[in-house]
Amino acid sequence: MSDIPLQAVLSQVMLGLNNGAFYALLSLGLAVIYGMLEVVNFAHGALYMMGAFGALIGLEYLEAWTGIPGLRLTFWWALLLVPLVVGAFGVLVEALLLRRIARLEPIYGLLLTFGLALILEGVFANGFSAAGEPYNGKPEALEGVVNLGFMFFPRYRLFSMLVAVLSCVAVWWVIERTRLGAQLRAGTENPAVTSAFGINVPRLRSLTYFLGAALAGLAGVVAAPIYSVGPHMGAELIIVVFAVVVIGGMGSILGAVMTGLALGVLEGLVKVVYPPMANTVVFVIMALVLLWRPAGLFGREA
Amino acid sequence: MKHLNFRIAPVALAVLIACAAATPAQAGPNGIRIGVLTDMSGTYAALAGNGSVVAAQMAIDDFGGKVLGKPITLVSADHQNKPDIGVAKAREWFDTQGVDMVNDLVTSSVAIAVQKLGAEKHRITIVNGAGSTALTNKECSAYGVQYAYDTYSIAKGTATALLKQGLDSWFFLQADYAFGAALQGDAARIVTSLGGKVLGTVKHPFPSSDFSSYLVQAQSSGAKVIGLANAGGDFTNAVKQAREFGIKQTIAGLLVFDSDIKALGLQTAQGMKFTTGYTWELNPETEAFGKRFFARFHAMPTMVHAGVYSSTMHYLEAVKAANTDNPEAVMKKMRDTPVNDFFAKGGRIREDGRFVHDMYLVEVKTPAESKSTWDQLKLLATIPGDQAYQPLAEGQCPLVRK
Repeated sequence: MSDIPLQAVLSQVMLGLNNGAFYALLSLGLAVIYGMLEVVNFAHGALYMMGAFGALIGLEYLEAWTGIPGLRLTFWWALLLVPLVVGAFGVLVEALLLRRIARLEPIYGLLLTFGLALILEGVFANGFSAAGEPYNGKPEALEGVVNLGFMFFPRYRLFSMLVAVLSCVAVWWVIERTRLGAQLRAGTENPAVTSAFGINVPRLRSLTYFLGAALAGLAGVVAAPIYSVGPHMGAELIIVVFAVVVIGGMGSILGAVMTGLALGVLEGLVKVVYPPMANTVVFVIMALVLLWRPAGLFGREA
Repeated sequence: MKHLNFRIAPVALAVLIACAAATPAQAGPNGIRIGVLTDMSGTYAALAGNGSVVAAQMAIDDFGGKVLGKPITLVSADHQNKPDIGVAKAREWFDTQGVDMVNDLVTSSVAIAVQKLGAEKHRITIVNGAGSTALTNKECSAYGVQYAYDTYSIAKGTATALLKQGLDSWFFLQADYAFGAALQGDAARIVTSLGGKVLGTVKHPFPSSDFSSYLVQAQSSGAKVIGLANAGGDFTNAVKQAREFGIKQTIAGLLVFDSDIKALGLQTAQGMKFTTGYTWELNPETEAFGKRFFARFHAMPTMVHAGVYSSTMHYLEAVKAANTDNPEAVMKKMRDTPVNDFFAKGGRIREDGRFVHDMYLVEVKTPAESKSTWDQLKLLATIPGDQAYQPLAEGQCPLVRK
């Protein structure tokens, strides 16, 4: 396999970037939640799955469920509203459950969110086919393929990469460059002093979980037209995304994004060189990185 | 970073929960106990899964719930597509729960392991979900039956039909485990024996969600047909993404179930030809079963579900006719009696465990042709059982005297 043509390599890099954009978007949400709340959010895959189901339900079921004729959520509305709904669900989870165990060891948050993920998957598996259902709401304008010179690439996938990159930049900007972001960071660093300055720290924590959950929901909506929408779509992805976060360094926003993209590309290349290794390569890298830099590539040593 | 050491904990927990969920009822002395061992929540859950439990229960209910004056009970468990979990469950069933027969057994790697255990423990295993021809060749068992289909029969029907249209160069996408290897191997052999060429094969991890990379490789091979040697969620995702990338080559699904077509939608799947052992649209009898099943399960049965029903019925009738639950006597009765029901006409179990019955070449309807949600397939040709399956003489089963 040493004589792989350049064209094939470029195609695989492109496909890898596409997958990497999803990894980045999901690991970004995880990194934000961990960085600010110190919660290892195992429910992230379930929130992503909820985002995809939000789009599907909005398109196919809303009319029948509410009984209002013509009530359908098109893709664009879903892209705007579903992340807000998933984010709001996240706020509820934070306020009703996570807040009660905030002072305990992180393992409690991990187990709680893992249990939550199992419950959510079970609920959706009960109501929908485990095989998944197609989402037929891809907008007209994003149908078809674009000729990139070295390959034909689906227009929708280019769009999904754009959404992912823009979201990542926006989140980075909010957290690192705005007043709100400064408050968020201060709230994590020293909650007591921060609230002494008159800043509502519990509200900041809710906001953080909202942001992380909404990002997962957004990724779900964007993924719906590409994959079948099924209850286990999040569980399959979340393991890889956790590996991405571990490699990048828990809590590092830049690390999560860069690692997500890089691993997507690497995985893509492995799919050509030695496909059976494709699902494993991320974990091999994770093991190596943990040996060499236990805090991850972009993380600070504790 | 110490928190990450706990990553293992949830996995262990998940296994515990999965095991605890399947705690069976108390065993009654001498009553017949049937186990359905299947994939309850993974890639194959829709084509086998709970539907198989429903189908087995339907067979038990239709039989009257009792045989030889004792009640028939049903237990079920999730093997999560993992041979070690499947074998541990089957061992527990055989050793402590008095399970007489295990059915479904989707996922070839699990089926091979459990069939082997069945042979060792002298318990009957009926494979409906798994397709690998290894089950009736090197791995064949005197206590094992492969009922609904196998990779040879589905590959043969579909490949022959496509080669007749002049589609003679193939590239395979293969799920990287026992089933994918068997299916790709059988299909490639049939393609070359009919004068076609195999230009390449790429093995993908099982299960996968993103097939774009493999599809682009298949596309650049220039083959006329992209043969999908995978199933369930892998198959549907591959087809969807092939359409998305505007791939013009013929996509040949080698193992396709009614539930997959439902998941793809007719718009995407229309025109696809494949081979199956059952679909509800074949005749009034298959339709009657389909509708009865639908009333219980809210989905039309796949060939696995139909096979579980038919084979469970055949097993119970053999127990009754043999007047004993002795596995050797029951197996002999099952082999000696032909099956005549909605699923098979004159179907017979061969020495190697292969259940020989007619197979059907079908085509997916266009949205315009479809009259209802589950009106998906039309029959192109019936492949008689003796042509559909690998001839006994070509097999490698040590039980067959040549």
